[in-house]
Amino acid sequence: MSVSKRSFQLVACLSIFVFLLIGIACNHGGGGNGGGTVSLHGAGASFPNPLYQKWLSEYEKVHANVRIDYQSIGSGGGIKQLKEQTVAFGASDAPMKDEDMKSAPGEVVHVPTVLGAVVITYNLAEVKQPLRFTPEVIADVYLGKIKKWNDAKITADNPGVTLPANDITVVYRSDGSGTSAVFTDYLSKVSTEWKEKVGTGTSPKWPIGLGAKGNEGLTGQVKNTPNTIGYTELAYAVQNKLPVALIKNAAGNFVEPTIDAVVAAAAASAATIPDDLRVSITNAQGAQTYPISSYTYILVYKNQQDAGKGKALADFLWWGIHDGQNFAKALQYAPLPPEIVKKAEAKINSMTAGGSPLRS
Amino acid sequence: MSAVTDNQYSSWRRMLSPTGNTGDAVYRVVMLLVALLMVAIVIAMVWALATESMQSIRQFGFSFLRGHTWDPIRGEFGALPFVYGTVASSLIALLISVPFSLGIAIFLVEQAPHYLARPIGFLVELLAAIPSVVYGLWGIFVLAPFLREYVQPPLARVLGWTPLFRGQITGFGLLTGGIILAIMVTPIISAVVRDVLSAVPSSQREAALALGATKWEMIRVVLVNGAPGIAGAVILGLGRALGETMAVTMLIGNRPEISASLFDPSYTIASAIANEFTEATGDLYLSALVELGLILFLVTFIVNGIARLLVWNVTRKTGGVGRAA
Repeated sequence: MSVSKRSFQLVACLSIFVFLLIGIACNHGGGGNGGGTVSLHGAGASFPNPLYQKWLSEYEKVHANVRIDYQSIGSGGGIKQLKEQTVAFGASDAPMKDEDMKSAPGEVVHVPTVLGAVVITYNLAEVKQPLRFTPEVIADVYLGKIKKWNDAKITADNPGVTLPANDITVVYRSDGSGTSAVFTDYLSKVSTEWKEKVGTGTSPKWPIGLGAKGNEGLTGQVKNTPNTIGYTELAYAVQNKLPVALIKNAAGNFVEPTIDAVVAAAAASAATIPDDLRVSITNAQGAQTYPISSYTYILVYKNQQDAGKGKALADFLWWGIHDGQNFAKALQYAPLPPEIVKKAEAKINSMTAGGSPLRS
Repeated sequence: MSAVTDNQYSSWRRMLSPTGNTGDAVYRVVMLLVALLMVAIVIAMVWALATESMQSIRQFGFSFLRGHTWDPIRGEFGALPFVYGTVASSLIALLISVPFSLGIAIFLVEQAPHYLARPIGFLVELLAAIPSVVYGLWGIFVLAPFLREYVQPPLARVLGWTPLFRGQITGFGLLTGGIILAIMVTPIISAVVRDVLSAVPSSQREAALALGATKWEMIRVVLVNGAPGIAGAVILGLGRALGETMAVTMLIGNRPEISASLFDPSYTIASAIANEFTEATGDLYLSALVELGLILFLVTFIVNGIARLLVWNVTRKTGGVGRAA
């Protein structure tokens, strides 16, 4: 009889296991707000993830009844989950495309949160002072038209720097990333050849080079391989003390990538920003603007289904574009310029639930 | 009496409870369900991959398998460079790893004194427990610079006349990806081969030695006896190599191009999915990535099938007894 007893135990164990699985699956969809606490789930871009995690922990200190979590799954995943309404908010480095906006089940509002920049880094042991690049040089290097470091086009902008006669090893991000999207957006603006041959996207078909996975992979490859050139986020380059190049902006000045130069790029384009705040600020006008800069956004539905959750979300966003900005610089993000904060405020105030505004 | 009841029971009933005991019946039903669950999961996965990739299959048909271009921005998708990279990197891995693994296993079973065999065996198995991202980081910081400085330049000098060892020397590429895979599958293959060799009866060794065989000739007898098991170990390693993602993607250069040179960057199916899935927007793009997954499934099936045919062929010829694995 002990055999059948054991087999019943086995059946019992298996059924408990199955019920547990079902329970987990159900719980995921539900996300209750029992006990007076509101819980919000967000997902999306990995670039602002360090800042958002800081925001969440700081926000919970002052609002104990709100629990927010953020999954850094990439911009594409953030937009997808927002469209499928499995998250309260999505996050993306690039603004949503028109066709994505149309296929979403409701009107989506873009709230800019901070700014970032993409920097050009390289590995040339003998070069001590920062290199200077024109947009044409960057495009030609990534198109494979400039092959040697001592090419006349590079040396022309770098008087007094002895560049080696070695082949340039181009490194790009192999994983789909907002960083690549911003970089290719910039190259498409400054080079018609790039625009026609490659275009703008998170995973373009790179004409030349090696692919490295993630910021850490790219940094590792550039740091460990002589004669490489690569691009990475400003925050990452600063934390890893990478050499970064000065880039010639639309006004003709060579500008170092700094937080102030990024804020300047945002401020310079503030007057012409469209009403939905979906804008690319690469190659911005202005004397001191850094040309490869971009916003990162939190995406929410204008019309929230649940008033309680909607209110909590709007309050969190409001806090983010005001108090939250104070945490940006320490983490190497550029805070929003005041005129953009005003426009973002209007976006948050336009959020409603059942026809009535959430913040009033 | 028992003969009559046997005939009355259906074959299912007899299979489930040959003794007529309910406990046995319940036990067998549960085990049958567990086994069927595995089959069901495989079928469900293929089904899910096929339905999710339907859009891409309809749009591209067979040209997806033949296509060389992978351009998400323009919506052109071809899988051939990924299939090539996957198969080529795995083959390089096996070419390097199998001789090493056999050597390790033979040493541990036949030659090493006990005080050495245990710690070495333990260390080799420990290699299998290292997460693949750690292999990848080690590859970026140690292996790739080492290959770039000390291995690739002499290879290019001596064998540069063949198309295999040409092009820019960066330390990253198909060769580096294959070498990291070789390091990763060696512990798996050698651990299984060691168990296979241990399972070969001592009488075989004693017989060989008694007939005047040298130690090397005796080991050959043991190897022939263990051939099917050794082949099984290689298939196990191959399976791991085909599906390995993280370490390979950090070293292979991630470039969807087919090049004869082992120094040039390449790309594997698993790496492409891991790299691009998170940021893939657009239904066709996602569908094409899922179809890549389906193709990896098929490649694994086909390669495993070929390997099993080879094993079957070898066992038929040698009539080996060491079917331990």
